[in-house]
Amino acid sequence: MTALRPARLRPTDLARLGTSGLRARPMRAILAALGISIGIATMVTVVGVSASSQEQLLRQLDALGTNLLRVQPGDSLFGDQVKLPKTAADMVRRIDGVTNASQTGETGVTVRRNDLIPSGVSLGITVQATSLDLLDTVDGKIRSGTWLNAATERQPVVVLGAVAAERLGLTAPDIQVWIGNRWFTVIGILDRMPLAEEIERSALIGFPAAKDYLNHDGHPTTVYERSADEAVESVRAMLARTVSPEKPNEAKVSRPSDALKAKAAAAGAFTGLMLGLGAVALFVGAVGVANTMVVAVLERRREIGLRRSFGATRGQVRSQFLVEAVLLSAFGGGAGVLLGALATFVYARINSLPAVVPMWALGGALGTTILIGALAGLYPALRAARVPPTVALTAQ
Amino acid sequence: MKILEIRGVSKSYGKVQALREVDLVIRGGEMVSIVGPSGSGKSTLLQIAGTLDRPTAGTVRVAGHDVSRLSDSELSALRARYIGFVFQQFHLAPGSSALDNVADGLLYSGLSRRQRREKAAAALERVGLGHRLGHRPHQLSGGQMQRVAVARAVAGEPPLLLADEPTGNLDSEAGAEVMSLFRRLNAAGITVVIITHDSEVAMACPRRIRVRDGLVRSEVT
Ligand SMILES: Nc1ncnc2c1ncn2[C@@H]1O[C@H](COP(=O)(O)OP(=O)(O)OP(=O)(O)O)[C@@H](O)[C@H]1O
Ligand SMILES: [Mg+2]
Repeated sequence: MTALRPARLRPTDLARLGTSGLRARPMRAILAALGISIGIATMVTVVGVSASSQEQLLRQLDALGTNLLRVQPGDSLFGDQVKLPKTAADMVRRIDGVTNASQTGETGVTVRRNDLIPSGVSLGITVQATSLDLLDTVDGKIRSGTWLNAATERQPVVVLGAVAAERLGLTAPDIQVWIGNRWFTVIGILDRMPLAEEIERSALIGFPAAKDYLNHDGHPTTVYERSADEAVESVRAMLARTVSPEKPNEAKVSRPSDALKAKAAAAGAFTGLMLGLGAVALFVGAVGVANTMVVAVLERRREIGLRRSFGATRGQVRSQFLVEAVLLSAFGGGAGVLLGALATFVYARINSLPAVVPMWALGGALGTTILIGALAGLYPALRAARVPPTVALTAQ
Repeated sequence: MKILEIRGVSKSYGKVQALREVDLVIRGGEMVSIVGPSGSGKSTLLQIAGTLDRPTAGTVRVAGHDVSRLSDSELSALRARYIGFVFQQFHLAPGSSALDNVADGLLYSGLSRRQRREKAAAALERVGLGHRLGHRPHQLSGGQMQRVAVARAVAGEPPLLLADEPTGNLDSEAGAEVMSLFRRLNAAGITVVIITHDSEVAMACPRRIRVRDGLVRSEVT
């Protein structure tokens, strides 16, 4: 007498068996998987959109570099502003590793379209004196017109930052604006400058012109410095002492790219609320899958009994329904991933961002739906395994 | 060889005594009919003989295996290897072809998909439906559907075929066809046990068993 050992179901047979119920009722399968799809689509979209925004900022950061430092006077112990020396940029340029250094100085006056506008209206634009090599240091570009030169830095002419021009309603140079108490001619407009947003909001004139026409004292309020990447930390340690040897703790050193980095990090941290909504949809989806499977087991008692009469073990019946639940859930997850990726792509397209859906989000979505399917299918599968074989003979 | 050996088997459903200390031995190669009034315990007897259910008392041996000593998976293996079932209501999957329905019956035999389909085709050939492999149940007559079900039951070449009123849903002509099929299978060596209400079907079997009130009353040989 030979031993009785049931044959194992091959994985392909189990997979085919697991899809048989879904193929028999495709509409029900689609509806049952809908909740899971919506949940996964929401989550993939949330992750995709934030990853795309972050990618955009990181690419920008890459292009702009992280080797620009900025020095500004801090407040003294007594609360009044400390002055940086007039030759601060020249002093900084002598530090080892520094490749460029430039300075700007706030004049304290306002710029207006004409003299009829009251002088208190600044539009948030700062009128600043600048050294001629500023654009090299901050990597700025002229959008239209020209930059200052050795001749024009002595004349009543002005170059506007991109935001300043926008706020004044100007798109082209060769127009007069009112600065302090006289007309200046706009000779150029700058491009956007994400690493120096304060320059975007400035109206720039030469240091000599600032002295002659606006009584500026010649002291800079910001020094910009660029160095080799590896020298950034050593230069940073020297900067305050160089521009303010007596009171180095009264000079503030900052790294403009840090702000952009923080922005990128913030963009990468997706909102918990949207993720929460996705999780709720997933939970509802899981309940939907469980419910569908319970109904399927009730409806298919006779099939179960029949399979038991063919020689299916309880474990094989359990596997069949577990696999069906997992496939149902994973099918919803797959559709959700596609939907989410599509939504991310459309969003990125509209906002001209690079479309990014991280691999971990795809893998996570698939893993999550398999887990959900297994959990949701567990109880129905256990019930299916308990259906007695006799129903094949008795059920009418 | 005793393919089926039932000794002192009782089965009760609560207060209902469906079987009372039944003794029954069926030898390999026999063709047996089971008759008796409704509710007398025929289906219960077949379920217990086919290991779909366990008796309340007594022992059942199929091909020498004591059923009471087998676990669920051993019992399943026993069914897969030794027993084919035919039911009154055919139980065919409506969306699947005759070939797929028959091959489905071999799913738990350990054969590959190709082998299962080959055996299924051969079994359909054997029941005279070699030209209907791709037909789905609704495209077949009642008699043809039952022949598909018989093909499914014998595709794995089990030594024992158990049928519960296989002609109950068929007209006399289709019923006669199915009966002649059973006779041919029996002639080829398969032991056949048929529950029936039809005296013509019963008379066609060399051995007849009468069940009444859960007792095996008489054997006509
Ligand atoms: N699952 C069950 N639960 C309770 N009672 C049952 C069950 N199955 C059968 N019975 C009872 O056991 C007795 C025998 O039933 P069985 O189905 O074996 O009769 P039968 O001879 O096959 O009748 P029929 O010719 O009508 O098919 C009947 O009284 C029936 O009501
Ligand atoms: Mg019956």
